[in-house]
Amino acid sequence: MKYVDEFRDGELAKHIAARIAHEASPLKTYRLMEFCGGHTHAISRYGLSDLLPDNVRLIHGPGCPVCVLPTGRVDQAIRLARMPGVILCTYADTMRVPASGKLTLMRAKAEGADVRMIYSTQDVLKIARDNPQREVVFFAIGFETTTPPTAVAVKQAAAEGLKNFSILCNHVLTPAAMHAILEGGVALDGFIGPAHVSTIIGSQPYEVFATEYGQPVVIAGFEPLDVMQAILLLIRQINDRRAEVENEFTRAVTREGNLKAQALVDEVFEVRDAFEWRGLGSVPHSALKLREEFAGYDAEQRFGIEYVAVPDHKGCECAAILRGEKRPQQCRIFGTVCTPENPVGSCMVSSEGACAAHYSYGRFREDAK
Amino acid sequence: MSAIRPDYSRPLDFKGGRVEMSHGAGGRAMAQLINELFAKAFDNPYLAQGNDGALLPPASGRLVMSTDSHVVSPLFFAGGDIGCLSVHGTINDVAMMGAAPLYLSAAFILEEGFRLSELKRIVESMARAAKDAGVFIVTGDTKVVEKGKGDGVFITTTAVGVIRDGITLSGDLAQAGDKILLSGSIGDHGMAVLSQRENMTFDAPITSDTAALHTLVAAMLDSGAKLRVLRDPTRGGLATTLNEIAKQSGAGMMLQESSIRVNGPVDAACEFLGLDPLYVANEGKLVAICAPEDADRLLEVMRAHPLGRESAVIGEVREDAHGFVQMITRLGGRRIVDWLAGEQLPRIC
Repeated sequence: MKYVDEFRDGELAKHIAARIAHEASPLKTYRLMEFCGGHTHAISRYGLSDLLPDNVRLIHGPGCPVCVLPTGRVDQAIRLARMPGVILCTYADTMRVPASGKLTLMRAKAEGADVRMIYSTQDVLKIARDNPQREVVFFAIGFETTTPPTAVAVKQAAAEGLKNFSILCNHVLTPAAMHAILEGGVALDGFIGPAHVSTIIGSQPYEVFATEYGQPVVIAGFEPLDVMQAILLLIRQINDRRAEVENEFTRAVTREGNLKAQALVDEVFEVRDAFEWRGLGSVPHSALKLREEFAGYDAEQRFGIEYVAVPDHKGCECAAILRGEKRPQQCRIFGTVCTPENPVGSCMVSSEGACAAHYSYGRFREDAK
Repeated sequence: MSAIRPDYSRPLDFKGGRVEMSHGAGGRAMAQLINELFAKAFDNPYLAQGNDGALLPPASGRLVMSTDSHVVSPLFFAGGDIGCLSVHGTINDVAMMGAAPLYLSAAFILEEGFRLSELKRIVESMARAAKDAGVFIVTGDTKVVEKGKGDGVFITTTAVGVIRDGITLSGDLAQAGDKILLSGSIGDHGMAVLSQRENMTFDAPITSDTAALHTLVAAMLDSGAKLRVLRDPTRGGLATTLNEIAKQSGAGMMLQESSIRVNGPVDAACEFLGLDPLYVANEGKLVAICAPEDADRLLEVMRAHPLGRESAVIGEVREDAHGFVQMITRLGGRRIVDWLAGEQLPRIC
């Protein structure tokens, strides 16, 4: 497949792996956080840690949309879905995230709620047009990558006068989460910066992490060679005691990002004062809500459902894992009570989640020990 | 004055007609549907006996029997339809036991309002598939459910086959050192069906691989290679099939990603939808596990058959107390190829 296979080339990978082994100092430990679940998935899916020296450690970050969604937010969606006349539309992974009372959207669906899995916000608009007598709510989640399509849908609905469409807005912001992680005190030597998120926001918003926190950042694509190259660039920065934002993903990311998408998002959304994340707690200015002008499309207001915080399962270490403080295998219920079939924590749900990725692709490593 | 014509009823309207509740009610309408459609299409002496069951001649060997329900959506897809799929799928299950398939039963659950023209296409496709495979559809059943309670048509087929002496294939016979062979590319059927769903807004040049594999199996058995396991990687894909075998045999496996073939458009469609072709259904492929010394010979025989031209050795069985199916990725790292968690694709076979 063109433009994909080139970035999955085994020979090139060997070459970069040899450079990494050569340049990584045996006297140092390199603690690198890949922020995005997309990177976590690529690392596990291609077994990249087998190509790295032991002292280059990858720490999984919180950049997995369904992982950072706190239970109370899924509860809200389920409450909405159970209201008579409501069709709740959602991206697929969200269906399996555990909520209160052993529920998931999937179970609510089995019990009769009308929950529909969609691939695009355009599907939601179509469902709304086709069902004028029903209320169609989109469970809008995700980082900056998924926000512009939601903004487009809201604007389109406004232009068409589509009255039965609304969104349960949970769009979150990457830089705010990176701040929270660094303030949380996890020891890190550098970041593998987001791929798709950066196509929208550009590389500029990460510069503060280099200048204020002294953290090297290398923005990288989601293909395995992108990740390998980013690791090499990070090792070089650390060895040289540099802290810069470098862009490995130049085929898609510029310093300014996608200005059109940014303008669109800015027109429809504004920053919330604070938002609760799973693992990171309440983070100031870390999420979006609809602007006053579009408030009529806010499902929370339209249906009067308030967010109620819910504590995580006692044994679940998702919070610490999302902060980069623990690894999945350090959780007591990993692979026993909590498995991909019966996830307890959100990190075991999506293939981008640290626990699911480790369970599905890498658990032979522990069992071998 | 009208002249009543005894035993006459107006022929079924296969152009504009639809399935009605009466077509499953046991009366004249049902008899008419059976006569004008099923009996005509499946025409064979066993079905023509017209009794509650088909009386079959004695078989020369141990019998193998397998059943499968088919609920695919959409009913028609590139490379096939629910009709030929329901014949191929069940024949293959019998063939994977090492048996030669002989007879099929076919039970239909029809939804009220389903177009008779489409039903006719499906039934004729089944008849063609059975004829091509040299298998008789000897008995059947038809029920009709109210509109909204079915999805057009569901078909359950059961196959009976006969297995000659000396052949024993079973999922628990894989041994450390055995080679794992795959008869061709993976993911074609699942992606052909998925890409034609109504809500998919892309067209992909992908054709289902649906096919009856019993002649390929016969050639493999005739080769004399020490075959231990045969399995067709349908629902759940190659990954699920290999995990089933590993579990049954209490062994692990090590695969080479670079030797598993995925056609370009399938690969692209999977990439686009975030799916892993290892978990996508196939309907015309088989996995064979054989003694290491016979792998080359078996591979040659498979490649000589039209349905096995792209066969390859994809890995080997190894000792592993955990029964992990692992894979050397094309990047050179190692990963587990796990059981499918939850569902990747709903209703594709």
